[in-house]
Amino acid sequence: MKWIRITETENIPPREGRVIAAGKELPADPIAIFNLGDRFVAIENRCPHGGGPLADGIVGGATVTCPLHNWRICLDSGRVSQPCDGAASTVRTFPVRVDEGVLLVGISETPR
Amino acid sequence: MNKLVLIGNGMAGVACIEQILKFRQDFDITIFGDETHVNYNRILLSSVLAGEKSSSDIVLNSIEWYQTNGIRARLGVAIREIDQARKVVIDQDGNETEFDQLIIATGSSPFVPQVEGVNKENIHVFRTLDDTRALLEKSAPGAKAVVIGGGLLGLEAARGLQVQGCDVSVVHLMDTLMERQLDPAGGACLQRKMEELGVRVLLGRKTEAFLGNGHVQGLRFAGGEEIGADLVVVAAGIRPNAQLAREAGLKVNRGIVVNDFMQTSHPDIYAVGECAEHNGMVYGLVAPLYEQGKALAAAVAGRTAPGFSGANLSTKLKIMGVDVFSAGSIEEQGEGLETVRYEDPSQGVYKRVFLRNNRLVGAILVGDTTDDRKYLEWLRSGEDLSAHRRHLLFPPPMADAGSDVAAMADSETVCGCMGVTKGEIVHAIHEHGVSTLAQLKDRTRASTGCGSCAGTCSSILRAVSPDFEDESRKTICGCLPFTQEQLRTMIRTQKLRSPQDVLDIYGNGEGCAVCKPALSYLVDVTWCGDHHEDRSARFINDRVHANIQKDGTFSVVPRMRGGVTTPAELRRIADVAEKYKVPLVKVTGSQRLDLLGVRKEDLPAVWEELGMPSGQAYTKGVRMVKTCVGNQFCRFGTQDAISAGVELETRLENLYTPHKFKLAVVGCPRNCAEATVKDVGLIGQEGSWQIVVGGAAGKGVRKADLLTTVETTEEALEASEVFFQYYRENANYLERSYDFVERLGIEKIRKETIYAAPEVRQALLDRLRKSKDKSYDAWLERLAPRPSQFVTIQPMEHQTV
Repeated sequence: MKWIRITETENIPPREGRVIAAGKELPADPIAIFNLGDRFVAIENRCPHGGGPLADGIVGGATVTCPLHNWRICLDSGRVSQPCDGAASTVRTFPVRVDEGVLLVGISETPR
Repeated sequence: MNKLVLIGNGMAGVACIEQILKFRQDFDITIFGDETHVNYNRILLSSVLAGEKSSSDIVLNSIEWYQTNGIRARLGVAIREIDQARKVVIDQDGNETEFDQLIIATGSSPFVPQVEGVNKENIHVFRTLDDTRALLEKSAPGAKAVVIGGGLLGLEAARGLQVQGCDVSVVHLMDTLMERQLDPAGGACLQRKMEELGVRVLLGRKTEAFLGNGHVQGLRFAGGEEIGADLVVVAAGIRPNAQLAREAGLKVNRGIVVNDFMQTSHPDIYAVGECAEHNGMVYGLVAPLYEQGKALAAAVAGRTAPGFSGANLSTKLKIMGVDVFSAGSIEEQGEGLETVRYEDPSQGVYKRVFLRNNRLVGAILVGDTTDDRKYLEWLRSGEDLSAHRRHLLFPPPMADAGSDVAAMADSETVCGCMGVTKGEIVHAIHEHGVSTLAQLKDRTRASTGCGSCAGTCSSILRAVSPDFEDESRKTICGCLPFTQEQLRTMIRTQKLRSPQDVLDIYGNGEGCAVCKPALSYLVDVTWCGDHHEDRSARFINDRVHANIQKDGTFSVVPRMRGGVTTPAELRRIADVAEKYKVPLVKVTGSQRLDLLGVRKEDLPAVWEELGMPSGQAYTKGVRMVKTCVGNQFCRFGTQDAISAGVELETRLENLYTPHKFKLAVVGCPRNCAEATVKDVGLIGQEGSWQIVVGGAAGKGVRKADLLTTVETTEEALEASEVFFQYYRENANYLERSYDFVERLGIEKIRKETIYAAPEVRQALLDRLRKSKDKSYDAWLERLAPRPSQFVTIQPMEHQTV
């Protein structure tokens, strides 16, 4: 696991998500980081339905709703909770930790 | 085949023919009507005068109905003579038509007092579609209209003329409005309401002469008092049209005398409707006339059926938004007569019941008619009310909602306008799966007339339909178990200023993509923009002020008020489109330009370089005001549509609404900017503006309802603003104005907007202005963006590399 320093926590307001530009240390598909109020979570910024930008979705609890067609995705597990026939697909999630006000995302050394 | 002839192509006669056809189809039927129209709903003429319905909306039997049933319709042909010995009728041209059976349904005629000057121009009656059209033609904003007659018809005419913008006075001979249905206190209650709505009421005035030279210019009353008038409607009562029968030698008193089977003194000649007199009574309301028709139909068809045994007279109607109900005998004096009354002048509510020996004999309700069925039932049953004495005027607490409709007989008429019985409604629910009021309207036509039976229809749906879902009980989503109306109250009384506060206190603390935008709207509108804006509860479009597209890019539509632009703006738009490599530039359906495919990061710079305000094309808010060229250039234009449209857009822009809100202003009735299918439309005509609301041209098409007609542009703008704020405060989130208008009914909306008390109107405007003061052009957020509002975050690792 390699931890990548991303940005100061205040750049992501409570109950909102932000997209992180892809970089040489990060996966080719951009990551979205969400501030859930009491913690941060990171997930691939791509809805399994139509590729919608999840960072732009509305957050309720630990669920984000894709802005394009209202698919609901659990931010902890990456699983689709609505529609139920979308439950087979999942979104890749990443561990997040905060170090002195800076957000770090954990990337597996051997990408899947 | 039996030759059956009907004289009179009106509601009573044709309904009777419909009944006969249900029994037997082997009649050779001819209908004579002196009007040229097919059978229409005369009760709804006041709605035509008020601009709520067109003449085609009130047709009851189309020409196809006559054809499919093999009926010869001789429209515009009056009958001159009935020869009862030879059994023929003779028309105006001398042609004879034989009959085996004849039905006379000639209705009645308006009574016009023959006073000096009565033949002057612009003095009208209000009985037929042609009369209505003539009144529509003559009425104009600011015109002084005088209605003679403070009865039911007169007050309906007054209402229609007021909606057309006339300055209306009602002149009544008696000292009480609707004195046949109301007592002096009830009449006074109605009068106060009408005066509040701006109608002048002059009681105890006997018209002595019509003044003016050619055209009517005024009236003189006994005693010498005079008033001005540009237009007069005489609605001073009706007289049964019995002359034809009288000349034929049939027995006639006030009306044509009939027995319980509606037979006249000639066994093969029947009479039905307002021309018939049964047991000394001549009926003018539609429900008893339908009952007569049923008795007559059975007799003509040779069926044994109970005859017509008279009817309790009851009236329920809305006069300018005021509910009025009257039933039974309302005599003030009598042996053993007791009355119980309740009066609340500030609420405009008056109730009075009349009892004899603990039995109900009459009832008057003004301002609150929800219990009318209870009184009708008590009148019909004649039951001893000793046990109900404490609840005569108000229902006992915890009444079972379904009990009153369960007690109704299947044959009981629910919708008097369309003649729909409870049985027919129940049938529609069982056989056709009807479960909403809208479906019921489609299927049975119930509640499509005056709409006063909507409550009863809903009660029947609730009691009978397994799938009935009461619209007013709907919650937004599972996150918080309250209706939007309840939420508004909680937000106001508990001083909640952010969506999260509402969710924390009344919901699950989390919320979702459904309730959060709704709560954002509700706190915004409740606090007139003085709320705590929480962007995390807004849809992405309202966080970055652009419309998200399927590839995650955004579309940008700058505001062009009234669809007016300049060469400089167009040049800047072209430059921006090239510089930012905008993939598509498109003219929208709303007279604006759309730059599609802009990246989120580029939005602030694009706005800056456009130098134009946000067109709000991405939000549930005020979109735009579409205009036609108007009289600035168009040779047909009568009003300055562009200036009015630009001003309207300026007054409303940047405000949130329950759903998107589109307006249009047109300078003449050619309607080139489609004002009749917008949420609000202003239609200019010579010397006035019509304000129409609740139009749609989307998934469904709905012609907007006429809210009012006014003289000046300022009045038109203000009426639009009042309706706009009323919609903001009362519609459910995501309820378009056309669903809202349909749900509430235009009458209620008029009553609570343009006809509301001046302080109520002013309060709506004040709240609108307050919201407006708090609003701003969202694109100015480029100057002080929220944390990484538009940017893609660059990882720190990169920055150091």
